[in-house]
Amino acid sequence: MINTLVGNFGHLMTILAFVSALVTAYAYFQYFQANEIEKASWRRFSRISFYIHAVSTALIAASLFEIIYNHRYEYFYAYSHSSKALPVHYMISSFWEGQEGAFILWAFWNVVLGVILIHSNKFWEGPVMIVFSLVQAFLVSMILGVVIGDLKIGSSPFILLRDATQAPIFQMNPDFIPEDGTGLNPLLQNIWMVIHPPTLFLGYASTLIPFAFLIGGLVTKRYSEWIRPALPWAIFSAMILGMGIIMGAYWAYVTLNFGGYWNWDPVENAVYVPWLIMVAAIHTMITFKKSATALKTSIVLVILSFILVLYATFLVRSGVLGDASVHSFTDLGLSGQLLIYMLFFLVIAVFLAARAWKHIPTSEKEASVYSREFWIFLGAVTLGLMSFQVILPTSIPAWNALVESFGGISNMAPPADQIEFYTKFQLWFAVTIALLTAVGQFFWWQKMDKKALKEALVTPYIVSVLLSAGVIVLAKVYDWKYIIIVLAGMFTIVANSVILARILKKSTFKLAGGSLAHIGLGMILIGIMFSSGYSDVISINMSGLTYSNSWEDEMNKEHVLLWINKPTQMKDYTVVYRGRQKKVVGVPEYVPAKILESTGNVNEALALEDFKDYFKKGDKVNLVLEENDYFKIDYFQNEALKFSLAPMSQFNESMGGLISSPDSKIYLNKDLYTYVAAMNDYSDPDWKEDEVYEVSPGEQFHIADFVTYFDGAEVLKEIDGYQLQEGDVAVKAKLRVLDYDVEKPLEPTFIIRNNQIGKLPIIDTELGLKVSLENILPEQNKFVFKVNQYQKDYVVMKAIVKPYINVLWIGTIIMLMGFTVAIFRRFDEFVKMRDKGME
Amino acid sequence: MKKGHIIGLGIIAIAIVIIMTSIGDASSYESFSTAWEMKQDGEDKAIHVVGQLKKDTSGEVTGLEINDDKTSFTFMLVDNEGTEQKVYYNEPVPADFQRSEQVVVIGSYRDKEIFVADKILMKCPSKYQETDVQAAGM
Repeated sequence: MINTLVGNFGHLMTILAFVSALVTAYAYFQYFQANEIEKASWRRFSRISFYIHAVSTALIAASLFEIIYNHRYEYFYAYSHSSKALPVHYMISSFWEGQEGAFILWAFWNVVLGVILIHSNKFWEGPVMIVFSLVQAFLVSMILGVVIGDLKIGSSPFILLRDATQAPIFQMNPDFIPEDGTGLNPLLQNIWMVIHPPTLFLGYASTLIPFAFLIGGLVTKRYSEWIRPALPWAIFSAMILGMGIIMGAYWAYVTLNFGGYWNWDPVENAVYVPWLIMVAAIHTMITFKKSATALKTSIVLVILSFILVLYATFLVRSGVLGDASVHSFTDLGLSGQLLIYMLFFLVIAVFLAARAWKHIPTSEKEASVYSREFWIFLGAVTLGLMSFQVILPTSIPAWNALVESFGGISNMAPPADQIEFYTKFQLWFAVTIALLTAVGQFFWWQKMDKKALKEALVTPYIVSVLLSAGVIVLAKVYDWKYIIIVLAGMFTIVANSVILARILKKSTFKLAGGSLAHIGLGMILIGIMFSSGYSDVISINMSGLTYSNSWEDEMNKEHVLLWINKPTQMKDYTVVYRGRQKKVVGVPEYVPAKILESTGNVNEALALEDFKDYFKKGDKVNLVLEENDYFKIDYFQNEALKFSLAPMSQFNESMGGLISSPDSKIYLNKDLYTYVAAMNDYSDPDWKEDEVYEVSPGEQFHIADFVTYFDGAEVLKEIDGYQLQEGDVAVKAKLRVLDYDVEKPLEPTFIIRNNQIGKLPIIDTELGLKVSLENILPEQNKFVFKVNQYQKDYVVMKAIVKPYINVLWIGTIIMLMGFTVAIFRRFDEFVKMRDKGME
Repeated sequence: MKKGHIIGLGIIAIAIVIIMTSIGDASSYESFSTAWEMKQDGEDKAIHVVGQLKKDTSGEVTGLEINDDKTSFTFMLVDNEGTEQKVYYNEPVPADFQRSEQVVVIGSYRDKEIFVADKILMKCPSKYQETDVQAAGM
């Protein structure tokens, strides 16, 4: 029976959340305008209204999760994003796989942040919460699912499957409920996909806070006071966004097989740019707090960072990117709504800023070259140019859409080689930033003139040159561009370490945020240079065989074909593909797939053989995601097995075929990264014509290329799965097939019952053989075998060595730590001022 | 001249360089015929061509030839003007390739016979449009 209750409840909560957001905005507006006597009651009303909104938003999320958790496939959302085989933590991923779930997540974070702000602010509550409530109204409208005439507002996650599709089954039986959902995209079945989206959306949500304080400041004419409460949140936002981006990059590295962590795809660029701008904003805001300059720059950057997040959402979710991105996002028809959302806040912010512009205090005096303001400003400018260089080409599809909406034709396409295109700019910008942070930090902590600067910089300079020389020689960095990167990165690390040491000696760890973050930056730069610049594809065909003898042979073949059991040379390694494996619940290692047979139930298999101490033949075992195959690849050096990798592939019909994830061998100084690019499909083999062999026991012969021994035959008393009757004769032939170092027994059986012959052929999918015992010729002492061949199992694999990638990961962690330290310091400052009654 | 002005001019100069290279390095959407004209004019820049895989009357993809070492393949692509072209791709066949509704090839002509794709983007039938609930449900 279809359960419509929970969906209706969810939809009702959506409407309630939408209405209460508008009511809250109105109430806070009244509170803001009310006189002293009425203020208290308006505030109480506003807060109640916001809490109603908060609870209803939480209930939207709860309803949607209930639908997924209880496998209610009568709902479109559960049907298309989940399935019964999913463990609970992946159901959480299902929740935000769809765009509606992502919007709910975003709105939910806003609510959490809103509650924190209400309780941590006195003066700012009114104006900040007006902005919050309006943003919430827009966000909730994305999942409203209300149709007025031709106008569709939002896409509801609570619609029933029968309303979402025109499947004929619903005409026959409107109460039809599918047995199972179509499942979660296997690429999202990864622990990083459980935590990456919430982090990123918390980052998205938190960009609202500095923006809301700014709007509050502009409206109340407190043009500079908004900085203090906004600053800790701006740093928080940059830290969380940065963490979200890094998690996404790490997820891509361990799950996707494009061979890296960053691809300059529009979806990645769209979050990278607001992050850069937010980082620039932090720096100008800190400068302003110290020396009352750069206020206007801060205002522009804070507005930009918020609007760019909305622009990113628009680009990614409106379908405008179309075929420009490898990420597929379906157009839910929300593009108009998203555009209005973005333009609404852009217009308001620009209007308020323009109105206040001439009242905003500026410092008249020109910043000296020996002032910290000068260097910070240069840094902010560089970050701004960095963003501009990325967002401009990323917007080409939006530009095409704009031209076409005015009837023009634009056939511009994003650059063909995105990585090369973006790298050639971003690299030098990053080097500039690294140098600026090194110099800038010295200006930050002490008064500088020409002489002092020279004295301060000369030691770090010499030390970093010496260290760089060591790195360059030891790691063989001979490309001049990369040498510059090592120098710049090392200079940042050394200079900021000097500052860090000084801070720790003189004062507290609380002030160390900046230098820590900058040390992280230097390490990130060097880590990226090594892992990307010196990434080395080792899966190059080294057999010396050419296949086509044409121009194609000149192309770099970056994949290698591995036949099962056949050793293949790959740079320093000899690799052997050993067949497919499965993950079994309760077994810490991979289990060969050939000893498991599906029982037909979800994630259940029958063991065909004993496996160590874990299970016995005939046991029923539970698989972890039965569709996943883990390909066992053994790596040998000097004839000794060094390690095995198990890159994963999933053949998923409903998601469109093969989906692969890499596996890496992680060393301290490098990763060996491998993935499966193609595999054999033996589900429906196209058997070649019959080959017939007549062989005597003890004889050796060849089946295809395999040396085969016929060891003899055995009369059977019983056969698995067959009831032998009185007078039946069953004979099993014992063949041994040699494939490189592997010896496989193949034992076809032959049964005679009432002068009728039954044959039980043996199919070996790994060797691609079907062997049956056709006949026995006792007078000649010969056995007749029929053999059909398909092809041996194989994988096509790519393997890449990524040196010093750990430097990158460690650098990101240090940078995030730096941000965290800074958040605590700035929040502390805010709290002290607030408690003094200053704000 | 004040320092502020120099910085301002520097920013404008870099911004102009960025804009020019963005336009200069931007690729374009072409058909096979315009792509071939570009090649004859000596223009070797990689371009985008949007098309569909060639299918026979029963809807099966035809013209897909996989190299013996399985690391490269050629296929027939029909662009939006209906021009058929053999395309070479130096990668294993992507898994959902034959199911794709639309294929974007990014690359350039080698000669009249063969277009070499450096990159392929596929648009696959989205599961959102799935009307075949019955098969999945039974």
